[in-house]
Amino acid sequence: MAASSDEVTPLVERLFRDEAGRLIALLTRLLGPAHLALAEDVTQEAFIAALGSWPRAGVPRRPSAWLLQVARRKALDALRRDRALADRLPAIAAELEDVERRDDAGAGEDPFDDDRLRMILLCCHPAVSGDSRVALTLKVVSGFSVSEVARAFLADEKAVAQRLVRAKRALRDAGATFEMPEGAARDARLDAVHSVLYLMFNEGHTAHDGESLLRRDLCVEALRLAERLTRSESTGTPTTRALAALFCFHASRFDERMDQKGHVATLARQDRSRWDVALISRGFEHLALAGTGEALSTFHVEAEIASLHAIAPSWAATDWARIVECYDRLLMITGSPVVALNRVVAVRELRGAANALVELREVERSGALDRYHLFHAVRAELLGALGWSDEAARAWIRARELAKSNPVQRHIAQRLDALASNDVDSEGIHPS
Amino acid sequence: MAKYMVILHDSMPALRKMSPDDMQKVIAKYKAWSAKLGQAGRLVGGEKLFDEGGKHLTKTNGKMAVKDGPYAEAKEVVGGYFLIEAKDYTEATKLCEDCPHLELGGRIELRQVEPT
Repeated sequence: MAASSDEVTPLVERLFRDEAGRLIALLTRLLGPAHLALAEDVTQEAFIAALGSWPRAGVPRRPSAWLLQVARRKALDALRRDRALADRLPAIAAELEDVERRDDAGAGEDPFDDDRLRMILLCCHPAVSGDSRVALTLKVVSGFSVSEVARAFLADEKAVAQRLVRAKRALRDAGATFEMPEGAARDARLDAVHSVLYLMFNEGHTAHDGESLLRRDLCVEALRLAERLTRSESTGTPTTRALAALFCFHASRFDERMDQKGHVATLARQDRSRWDVALISRGFEHLALAGTGEALSTFHVEAEIASLHAIAPSWAATDWARIVECYDRLLMITGSPVVALNRVVAVRELRGAANALVELREVERSGALDRYHLFHAVRAELLGALGWSDEAARAWIRARELAKSNPVQRHIAQRLDALASNDVDSEGIHPS
Repeated sequence: MAKYMVILHDSMPALRKMSPDDMQKVIAKYKAWSAKLGQAGRLVGGEKLFDEGGKHLTKTNGKMAVKDGPYAEAKEVVGGYFLIEAKDYTEATKLCEDCPHLELGGRIELRQVEPT
């Protein structure tokens, strides 16, 4: 078909990314995790072929089937070249043909959905180091390139590439299989998956530098994968639900976290009518199911806190007493100074700035947060509210030195101006 | 108006490292470019050639020799072509200026088609 014809099958957004995850997972199942790199290469070649063909010949009617067919051909070529795999060629060839038939027959339902689920779990195999799991997941499940992973985590591209190579080698050396782990092994693996998704979401949510306050892509991806986990009996545990709920509540506020001029809107100042109601109610669906088991994870508590914000009609009318209780519990489980800092913000709303400042001193004593800009921002807010402007200004300046994101820098500059003009209100930055 | 063949040489190592998402965007760019030419009435057609399986034909001493591979000697593969209409080479060059192929580091060969 000539490109000049007016036939245009529109390319669905995310199509290639989704296809990357689908094809890599499928090929990894067939070739075995030891040949994950080959699965990636074959997938990439299928895309390159599409790039060569589609602009000139038109987008095929069923783009996914086209990609699968090309990937199949490329995979078979690769197998013929690779002696280590040659003896398995007939079996894999038969399987690939079968896969294509099933794909043709499958209406709506994706017959390889299960492969993708296993792929997520494979990326969190104990042989893969903790640091590498997120990178590997983004690369082979979510269809990020090496440079996109590097950008997302503000890491050096070469370092990320090396890390990925090591991760794949580790999978091979450990003889990792594509089977769904059972029993305690599955629980442990699922814990690791939760941590990876939490990290992914958090990284996107906090954005350490650059213009964008949140690298939304990461958050969207973490939420998508969490949703995927909830759909399977083996992975849709109450803790998975809690995690999904937490993501939904946070994601519901994305649009309001920064105004059009790129200024940070703190939770206190956000227009709550613009929060995403659908996401909030999805969050509550997950939260209800999160409470059906024995487990009480940190995700449960964090999701409850996020839910309390989601249903509060205003900052002032938020159930601060309950939120402080939640933080108490969270602090008991984690002992984390960042949790303690968040708790101080809630304490301020419940018992006033002076009490909060006393509690902040406790947090300060550990020294762990000295280089965390939000610690200094919270301190500045409290000092400002108590009328100690000079000390507050010094704390803001310290926060600004440590903050890397431009919107946050601008926010701090505004707060400093307000302090100078004696226009400090009772609203402040909320660290979560 | 003369016809020109826009021959796309596909040697773009950048593609190996590109993310699926970026590749999808590139396809959209190519389509926008060819759609623009189409709307201007300058696009006659375009085809993609198979990446592999081509043949080299030679004849020595009356004997035909067939070698596999469209690129047995050449390092660069011809991946496909567009056929466009332009007044002269200058205009044809101008029409190709914003072809995404160049952005990707690919090479374009422009040849006028002799009218029959």
